[in-house]
Amino acid sequence: MKQIAVISGKGGTGKTSLVASLAALAKGRAVIADCDVDAPDLHLILRPEIKEKREFLGMKRAVIDPSKCTLCGSCEEHCRFGAVCGSAVDPLLCEGCGVCKLVCPAEAVSMVDRLSGHAYVSETRFGPLVHADLFPGEEASGKLVAMVREMARELATSRNLELVLIDGSPGIGCPVIASLTGVDLALVVTEPTISGEHDLERILDVTEHFRIKAQVCINKYDLNPDVARRIEDLCAERRAEVAGKLPFDPAVVEAMVLGKPVVELGGPAAEGIKDLWRALDVCP
Amino acid sequence: MIVSIASGKGGTGKTLVATGLAASLDRVQLVDCDVEEPNAYLFFPDRRLIEKAECCVPVPVVDEAKCTHCGTCSDFCAYHALAALPSQVLIFPELCHGCGGCILACPENAISEETRPVGEIFRARSGEKEIIWGELSLGEARTTPLIRAVKGMAKGELTIIDCPPGTSCSMVEAVLGSNFCLLVTEPTPFGLYDLDIALKVLEKMNIPRGVLVNKSGIGDKKVYQYLEEKGIPLLMEIPMLRRIAELYSRGTIFVQEMSEWKARFRDLLKNIEELVS
Repeated sequence: MKQIAVISGKGGTGKTSLVASLAALAKGRAVIADCDVDAPDLHLILRPEIKEKREFLGMKRAVIDPSKCTLCGSCEEHCRFGAVCGSAVDPLLCEGCGVCKLVCPAEAVSMVDRLSGHAYVSETRFGPLVHADLFPGEEASGKLVAMVREMARELATSRNLELVLIDGSPGIGCPVIASLTGVDLALVVTEPTISGEHDLERILDVTEHFRIKAQVCINKYDLNPDVARRIEDLCAERRAEVAGKLPFDPAVVEAMVLGKPVVELGGPAAEGIKDLWRALDVCP
Repeated sequence: MIVSIASGKGGTGKTLVATGLAASLDRVQLVDCDVEEPNAYLFFPDRRLIEKAECCVPVPVVDEAKCTHCGTCSDFCAYHALAALPSQVLIFPELCHGCGGCILACPENAISEETRPVGEIFRARSGEKEIIWGELSLGEARTTPLIRAVKGMAKGELTIIDCPPGTSCSMVEAVLGSNFCLLVTEPTPFGLYDLDIALKVLEKMNIPRGVLVNKSGIGDKKVYQYLEEKGIPLLMEIPMLRRIAELYSRGTIFVQEMSEWKARFRDLLKNIEELVS
C-alpha cells in the first residue's frame, strides 16, 4: 500500500479540488482520506454515504465541583494556560494537562473525557472515504488526523486497495505533520504568487526535514508566468519534481458548484490533472 | 481596537484584506498570526526591521542522579511528552505543552525546567505602520505559544490581526481578545461550508463578527442567502478581477494601484467601529 499526501503550505491553492479529481482517476483503487479536519470540504464533491461513525475524544477537560471547592486558589495559581478563574474552568483555554487536579487539596477537580468530533467511514462513487469533523474551536486536530489515517490504512488493508490518497491541511504545524508522517509521497500544490512561492519553500523544508519525497503541482501557473518560472527553478534546486502545471480554468469552480470533480467536466485544467496523475511516482 | 481577519477555508483572501486595510490607514499595527506561513510582511518591501526576538517555551529536564524511574511523570503527562524507561526518562520536546505538571508530580524533585526556542518574532516599520509577525521553526507542531507571543508585541490603538486558516486551536488563539472579527470568504460551496464552522467558533467565543465576500462573481449565490437568513452583516465585497489577482501575485497591495479602494477600506473600518460600539 502506498500513501500520498496532498499538502500546500499556503491555503486555498486547490488541494481539495485536485484530490477529488485524483480520486476519480484512481477509479476505486484508492481509499480517500480527508485529513483537513478544520475545514473538511472533500465530502461536498464526493457526496459520501456514511456507513460507520466513530466518536473522537480530544484532550480531557478539567471540571471543578463547586460543592467541594474551597476557593483556595491553588489551581488558578498553577494553571499556566489561564484557564481557571475561581471555581470555573474556561473550556476554550483548558489544555487538559491535569495540573489543577494534581494541586487541588479538596479533590474538587475531575478530568472528563470530551467529545471533540466524529470520524466516518463512507462509500462514494470513487471508492471508500474516511473523513471527520472536528467541533468548532476544538484542539487536537493532529490527533484526529492520526485517527483518520489509521482508519484509512485499516480499510485499505482489509479491502486490498493499493493507495491511500490524503487531502491535507494548509500550514506546516501539527495537523500537517500528522498528515505527512510515514507517507510515500507528498504532492505539494502551489500557486504563482509571492505568498505561494514563500510557503512552498517552507513546506519543502518540512518534507526534507522528515525525509519525505516531494513532487509539486503549480496551479493557475498562467496567472503570473514569471513567478511560475521562479517556482520551477526553486523546485529544480530543491530536487522536487514539478509533476504538473495547471492553467487557470473557470471549470474548476463550476465543477465545485455542481459537486463534481473537474475531470468529469473536462477542459484545460482537467487535461492537466490527467497528465499530473500519470506523472505521480506512486500512481497505480 | 483589535480587528482580526479570519476564515475557515484557506486562500480566501485574508492577507489581501489585512494588507489592503492596513495600506488604506495611516497609523496601524498589522500583526500576522499565521506563524506557519506568514506572508503579510512580504507586501511591505520598504519595511525596516526594528526588533527580532526568540519565542521560547518551557521543557522539562530530568536529573538522572535523583530519578528513580518510578514513572509518575510519564503517567501524569497528558501529552505523552515523557516516557519513563527502566534506566532513563525520554523527553519529546515537540509534544510538551509546558504545563509544569511533571515537576509537581515527581516525588523525588528530580525534574526542573529549561526553555527552548520554537520560533522567532519580528517587528518592522513601514512609514507610520508597524508590521509584526512570527515564524514557527520547522518540525514544530504547536503554534499557540508563538501566536500568543506575537500578539503580545502589539500595543497600538488599532491592531489588525491576520489569522491562520482553519477553525481549531491556532485560529482560536489568534482571534482571542479581538473586539471584532472579519471573516473573509468566497462565494463557493467550500467557502460557505468553512465560513459556517468559523462563525460557530466566534459564537462560542462571543466575538462580534461580520463577513467580507472576496472574489465575488464566481461560484453561486448561496453564501448571500446564508448571511441574510442568519442576519450576519455583509460588510464588503471584492470582485474577482484578474488585475487584483495579478497585483497580489507579485506582492503589490492592490489598493496602492487601485486607489479608489482605500476609501472603501476606510469605510469598512468605520462600519466595524460602529458595530463594536
